[in-house]
Amino acid sequence: MDLAILNQKLTGAFSGMAYSTAEACGQATVEVPADRVKDVLKFLRDDADLQFDMLLDVTAVDYPARTPRFEIVYILVSTERRHRIRIKTRIEDGRALQTVSDLWRSADWGERECFDMFGIRFDGHPNLKRILNPDNFYGYPLRKTYPLRGERDPAFLDYKETEPA
Amino acid sequence: MGIELIRGDNFMTTTLASAVNWARKSSMWPFPFGTACCGIEMMATLASKYDMARFGAEAVRFSPRQADLLIVAGTICNKMAPVLKRIYDQMSDPKWVIAMGACASCGGIFDNYTVVQGIDEIIPVDMYVPGCPPSPQALMYGFTRIQDMVQKGRGQSLTATAEAVPVLPV
Ligand code: SF4
Repeated sequence: MDLAILNQKLTGAFSGMAYSTAEACGQATVEVPADRVKDVLKFLRDDADLQFDMLLDVTAVDYPARTPRFEIVYILVSTERRHRIRIKTRIEDGRALQTVSDLWRSADWGERECFDMFGIRFDGHPNLKRILNPDNFYGYPLRKTYPLRGERDPAFLDYKETEPA
Repeated sequence: MGIELIRGDNFMTTTLASAVNWARKSSMWPFPFGTACCGIEMMATLASKYDMARFGAEAVRFSPRQADLLIVAGTICNKMAPVLKRIYDQMSDPKWVIAMGACASCGGIFDNYTVVQGIDEIIPVDMYVPGCPPSPQALMYGFTRIQDMVQKGRGQSLTATAEAVPVLPV
């Protein structure tokens, strides 16, 4: 995806929104504020020149030392225009994002996985429950603070105290 | 009992139990519970090259109600554990269990929050086959020891046999 075109589009449609772009190995990334991310995604899907009609993945990254702590990554592909882009946003633990499962149905399971593994909530999601771990699972295992061996780990007690589910 | 003396060589006397056990061990019906890479090695064992049919175990049953040998081949994660337990419970007695590979025996390399650390945490195991994955020969060896157990009773297969392990020259 050509960042020049994208910049032009984004400043046209979202004047006044603070965002940043980056490019690595020919792959474009845009970071937007958490409260605007759904608008941006909807725009990217509906714009006639961009047509991002496929959401490849929704996932998260945990940076325990940063505030806000989590980075949510949306990977979009346009099967019409043959280009792809990553949209990132940052969110604090305990805050929720708007669901995009009404824009792309593939977001349904991606957001459930995000919730299951990182404990990130998505407002308006039709069925936000665990998808990979058992229903009675405690904690969010892809957080860097989660002890590797789970409940068998001596560090689990600490985890349970500091990060209630 | 003497009937052989009266009627000649066409008769053989034995106990009912040992005759039944002999029939049982010669026609074990395994339930293949292959969940990971060990499952591939189990398929190789069952297929024509190694051929479990030589030991009478070629009738693989995908219904636990028709099987009497559960071969757990692969990693069992916590979410799979209730399924395995239910399948074991659905098998009719008498039944035997082989834990094939490091994962099924003790969790293997997966010492983490998702994997059951050995299926003996949830169901009883008769034979552990070590390896990652065990070779088909190892599985067949384990299977023949299970046959010994069927004939002689549980836990009886490891009594000293004539097959002493030869000491390798150093
Ligand atoms: S014991 Fe090794 S080969 Fe067998 S399932 Fe585990 S990792 Fe795979």
